[in-house]
Amino acid sequence: MFPAPFLLHAPDGFFSVPVSVAFWVVTAAVLAISVREANRSLEERTVPTLGVLAAFIFAAQMVNFQVAGGTSGHLLGGVLAAVLLGPWAGSIVMASVIAVQALVFQDGGLVVMGANIFNMGIIGTLGGYVVYRAIASLGRGWRWQLGAAAVAAWFAVEAAAVVTAFQLALSDTSPLNVALPAMAGVHALIGLGEAAITVAALAFIASVRPDLLQARERAIAAGGEGHAGGLRGALRSGPAWLAAGIVASALVVVVLAPFASADPDGLQRVATDYGFDTVAQANPYEILPGYTVPGLGGTASTVVSGLLGVLLVLAVVLGAARIVAARRAARLQREEASSTA
Amino acid sequence: MNPAAAADARSVEPPDPARWIEVEHLHFVYPNGYEALKGIDLVIARGEKVAIIGPNGAGKSTFLLHLNGIHLPSHGRVRVAGIEVTRATVKRVRAEVGLVFQDPDDQLFSPTVFEDVAFGPIHMGLSPEEVHRRVEAALAKVGMSGFERRAPFHLSLGQRKRVALATVLSMEPSVLVLDEPSAGLDPRGRRELIGLLRTFDETLIASTHDMRLVAEVFPRTVILDDGRIAADGPTEFILADDVLLEAHGLERP
Amino acid sequence: MSGLALDRYLPRESPIHALDARVKFLVAVAFILAVSLLPAGAFASIAIAWAAIALASGAAKLGPFRPTRNAFFALPFVLAALPLVFTRPGEELFALPLGVFTLRVSVEGLVAFLTIASKSWVAVQAALLLAYTTPFHDLVDALRALRLPTIFVTTVSFMYRYLAVLSDEASRMLRARAARSGSRGGRSGGRLRWRAVVAGRIVGALFIRAYERSERVYQAMLARGFEGTVRPRASRALRRREWAALALAAALLASFEAAAHLWIPAV
Repeated sequence: MFPAPFLLHAPDGFFSVPVSVAFWVVTAAVLAISVREANRSLEERTVPTLGVLAAFIFAAQMVNFQVAGGTSGHLLGGVLAAVLLGPWAGSIVMASVIAVQALVFQDGGLVVMGANIFNMGIIGTLGGYVVYRAIASLGRGWRWQLGAAAVAAWFAVEAAAVVTAFQLALSDTSPLNVALPAMAGVHALIGLGEAAITVAALAFIASVRPDLLQARERAIAAGGEGHAGGLRGALRSGPAWLAAGIVASALVVVVLAPFASADPDGLQRVATDYGFDTVAQANPYEILPGYTVPGLGGTASTVVSGLLGVLLVLAVVLGAARIVAARRAARLQREEASSTA
Repeated sequence: MNPAAAADARSVEPPDPARWIEVEHLHFVYPNGYEALKGIDLVIARGEKVAIIGPNGAGKSTFLLHLNGIHLPSHGRVRVAGIEVTRATVKRVRAEVGLVFQDPDDQLFSPTVFEDVAFGPIHMGLSPEEVHRRVEAALAKVGMSGFERRAPFHLSLGQRKRVALATVLSMEPSVLVLDEPSAGLDPRGRRELIGLLRTFDETLIASTHDMRLVAEVFPRTVILDDGRIAADGPTEFILADDVLLEAHGLERP
Repeated sequence: MSGLALDRYLPRESPIHALDARVKFLVAVAFILAVSLLPAGAFASIAIAWAAIALASGAAKLGPFRPTRNAFFALPFVLAALPLVFTRPGEELFALPLGVFTLRVSVEGLVAFLTIASKSWVAVQAALLLAYTTPFHDLVDALRALRLPTIFVTTVSFMYRYLAVLSDEASRMLRARAARSGSRGGRSGGRLRWRAVVAGRIVGALFIRAYERSERVYQAMLARGFEGTVRPRASRALRRREWAALALAAALLASFEAAAHLWIPAV
């Protein structure tokens, strides 16, 4: 598989205990609000609905598409859940999915689960929904709405990756100047797959069962443009947003790389203050020496190093992804086996 | 797949219409250790119509999935149109063998009938004009012309089954494999299906519990039980043999 | 049904299986917490923690090394910590010249990396052992007893019930797509964007099937007298022996942690 869920489902041991506990606190607080809001707005019938739709998100993460070289793209599903169920119920569904994956399949750890839920369940649903609504409100029509969902889906994956990179750095597990461009760069591509699947799924639902979309989406879908036309429009504009995604991915590197290579003292001081640093101070960045490329000066050099780093990590990640893909395929086959037998 | 290898396989052994499908000593063991097929030998000629009958759990579906390379043999081999079914040739085999699943909802996932029927041809890399021509031809063949813009989800079960058939006909396969084609249809839907299948010229292989369908469409019948072939012969003889049918949990139409 | 493949529970007659799920869950989390808190290079302590898992797995009649063998799948994430080997300053182990760059491997970096990898490996084993010895519905009951909000408990238990059904539906749809993914040579497979869109439509179709199923489930529940809330099963108070087991585990883990920081040698 293309490592969509795999690099974000951190196992135990990769985030330090202070980071894990801090994110458990934040996650618990946000989910408490979600529970209150969901209980207030949901009808009784949602009791089975949330559970079945959580199982749906789990199954939807199995749906893949072939990318290249034996890798494939997958869905994470945060924005899809938020748009279909609303952000509060969506975050409860995503948290349940992540909890079951950790408890039943050991996909993601227990102590670090707070951070995992924050990254995939809260940023993806609440954060993604804010972006979706913000962009959706700027334009009219169903096609614009789908575009907003695409941007939100891309953003949700990208933001989760950036936050994960910071968590890894704060945990002293990976230096920020490697983790940030690597995670941000790889997930800028993975986010494109997320956006494509999310948009196609929403367009499909809108054309077949528009009544299942939330009232607001329904109103927009019903008024004006035809759904199928909207979908085809979105497809025709596909190359445009594909290009936009690649530009955005490069932009992320360009914007973040200098930041990453800048004086890391701030982060170091946080580490020291909390007493969990075992790192020495100076010059810890040798993978690309001084984070510069010989023959190029200043920022340009940093940016090129960042892009090189992304390519390097991408290559390694794709290799690892093939291993994971084989494992998932084996699991899928086992499941199929026991279902056909 | 490896086109060179496939080309080799074809040039070395040009497909023999009398042995269009050849199954030799086919064994299949599921990863959990369950042996579903215990040595199947079967030869089917091009254009033949063969019904596979037998009790639930006999291995009928498992066998059909081998013809399309969804499952690969644990032992033995399967050849279709002169191509041995292996990991390297599955894509080629899937263009040759159209597999229609029992539940059309597993097969239909597009917002319109047109896009669903176009999936196979687009995947095969055909030109847009050719895709269009094939979709129209396939829909005409199953009597669903004019439904191109409809959503498959909103059609009746009988109509969805026809569209599911069209989704593989559009790939112009030389072999059609149907898993329980009449399951769940009402009497009229079933009559229409029988009428439709009788018009097909392609090689037709179907697993079914529907003995009237067997009697009306398939001149040859194979009884599969416990992963083995228990009987293979002209339908009229097999369906007349009460002792044989009863021994394998079947009954006369 | 694929129910078997979706559950790691391995039924045995053992004291560990018989232990209350609340106790097991809390001990497992505390154990993983203790392992996470071990200092860098504390390989002797990590080995002791690993031995404790092997011992418990043996006591659960699963064979001492089953969790060890089955915990390797978490390893790909190790990638995230790999750069440490090159970036952590310290005594240079060796240098790998790569054109304009030189990769320097430091002892400290290697130790930090191995610490993270081995801690994570032992933690996954603890979580595996919990899943091997505890049926999932017992775990859900334990979470309910530990005051998890009802909406989560019901969502998780309904989710678990329909996991096999929906995974099965997804598998069948993927299989039907594969069956039509043929080629007569030449360029095939369609364009990347089209493939992604097809995957998205399968997800959409899966959603509609899931939603329609949830409506049928709801109607079936109404037909059986459901009135809007799932009445929680009353959970009994922990017995004195179970409190004792919890206290013992806490004391052991605390002294283990103290010993690891003070006495057990680290690299």
